[in-house]
Amino acid sequence: MQNDKAILELLEQNAKISTAEIATLLNMETSQVEQRIKELEQQGIITKYQAMINWDKVDNDKVTAVIEVKITPQREVGFDAVAERIFRFPEVTDVHLMSGQYDLLVFMEGRTMKEVSQFVHSRLATMEHVLSTATHFVLKTYKQNGCILEDKEVNRRLVVTP
Amino acid sequence: MSWQNYLNSNVREMPPSGIRRFFNLAAEMDDVISLGVGEPDFVTPWHIREACVYSLERGYTNYTANQGLPSLREAISQQLSSDYNLHYHAKDEVLVTVGASEALDLAMRALLQPGDEVLIPDPCFVAYGACVSLAGGKAVPLATRVEDNFQMTAQMVEQAITPKTKALLICNPNNPTGATIGKQHLLQIAQVVERHDLIVISDEIYDKLTYKGEHTCFASLPGMRDRTILINGFSKAYAMTGWRIGYAASNADFIGAMNKIHQYTMMCAPITAQMAAVEALQNGKQAMAKMVEQYDRRRKMVVNAFNKMGLPCFEPSGAFYAFPDIRSTGMTSEEFAQQLLKETKVAVIPGNAFGQAGEGFIRCSYATSLTDLTEALKRIEGFVRPKMG
Repeated sequence: MQNDKAILELLEQNAKISTAEIATLLNMETSQVEQRIKELEQQGIITKYQAMINWDKVDNDKVTAVIEVKITPQREVGFDAVAERIFRFPEVTDVHLMSGQYDLLVFMEGRTMKEVSQFVHSRLATMEHVLSTATHFVLKTYKQNGCILEDKEVNRRLVVTP
Repeated sequence: MSWQNYLNSNVREMPPSGIRRFFNLAAEMDDVISLGVGEPDFVTPWHIREACVYSLERGYTNYTANQGLPSLREAISQQLSSDYNLHYHAKDEVLVTVGASEALDLAMRALLQPGDEVLIPDPCFVAYGACVSLAGGKAVPLATRVEDNFQMTAQMVEQAITPKTKALLICNPNNPTGATIGKQHLLQIAQVVERHDLIVISDEIYDKLTYKGEHTCFASLPGMRDRTILINGFSKAYAMTGWRIGYAASNADFIGAMNKIHQYTMMCAPITAQMAAVEALQNGKQAMAKMVEQYDRRRKMVVNAFNKMGLPCFEPSGAFYAFPDIRSTGMTSEEFAQQLLKETKVAVIPGNAFGQAGEGFIRCSYATSLTDLTEALKRIEGFVRPKMG
């Protein structure tokens, strides 16, 4: 299980790392690593392999919005039922239940601001039990999922040092 | 007019560092993958850099006390106490220096009379012998062998002692071999040291980079605190090579003597770097542990790779160097490193740059990104295979 954590960390840093490389790094057999990864996938611990893309560098218009949603919790299911109705929409990328001034924090992506606002006023705000929404548009992303998107730090080491 | 005639004879007769010679060769080439770098490939953790920036914002741009900022000396003292149960008074038993290198130089200059002998391990960091010579002393190498796990033994020390021997230098973990000296060995060495009334200069710059077992600090052994000049710094453990902050801890008389030289030469270490060092000691454990974990993984990978390609590699238990045996290729370490560089653009350091006992080996730093390391090992294997027959 100690190796599981190391495998997960290596995959989190670079999902493209080969099982052979992981095996060499952790002093394991490649087949062992493959087996553990398969089990971690089956257990739902590894849920998906995804590339981190800096969309600002791609000619691809995309708008990201962060929406604060206040809702009335329902008997027995609390916030979960409304949250589920929201997270099923494909344009919604993240949903978190929050403490504080509002209940759900919803991240969504659209092609235009109009598309996002249409989703908010026609789908989200009109949903039963939703009391209010506050939409914020993302202007620029500097860091995402622990990754600095435009890291200007370079290796300044000399070729040979003592 | 020849300047050679005016130079100090100790300087004139000193050969240039083997590493420097090799650096000049490597510097002329582009796109070299370097395993020749004796410094972490990580940038100093951000919280430490941020502490430095904040100190500048608040206007900390002045001299500090010669001995160093009291807060840094206090933090060093606390660290030694919690790590090794060693107690040094921050006031007069700790000296902050410009890198561990300065501490080493000060220790030799404060200690040695012309002709005094200092026993140093072989192979070892290139500066040891030079510092001894510059201080007017004579470095006596103690050749360690791969067959003995590059261990410096009590017997070896005992046999090398002459009436002129004043001190013994220990580098634990060792650069370039990555060997560490266990507590039992150190206790035996301590007995010899006591019997012959020697001083020990203990360079522990890689103490936090120990992967197997616990590091034993020489000064923490019974009776050794007041015989030892403990030298350490922030370069390796906290990825702070360019900040040049090191320290020495010893008894007050000796630290006072070192401080005399320090105050007339360096005056004090830079204040911003000292403030960053305080932050490193107070909050740097987590970042350091992450770096050490990564070095450890690469260490195992590199050792395995060398063994698989037929270059037997001693398993280093500290620092961040692998020291594989290249004798089966029929080349000298210098030939091997030069040809490897020319043919594959991979830089490694010939073992003889670290002393005669390093001949037949090469030093490869694994403080290099995984991608570069994998590629470099592939190229080395391609270079070695046809030579092994």
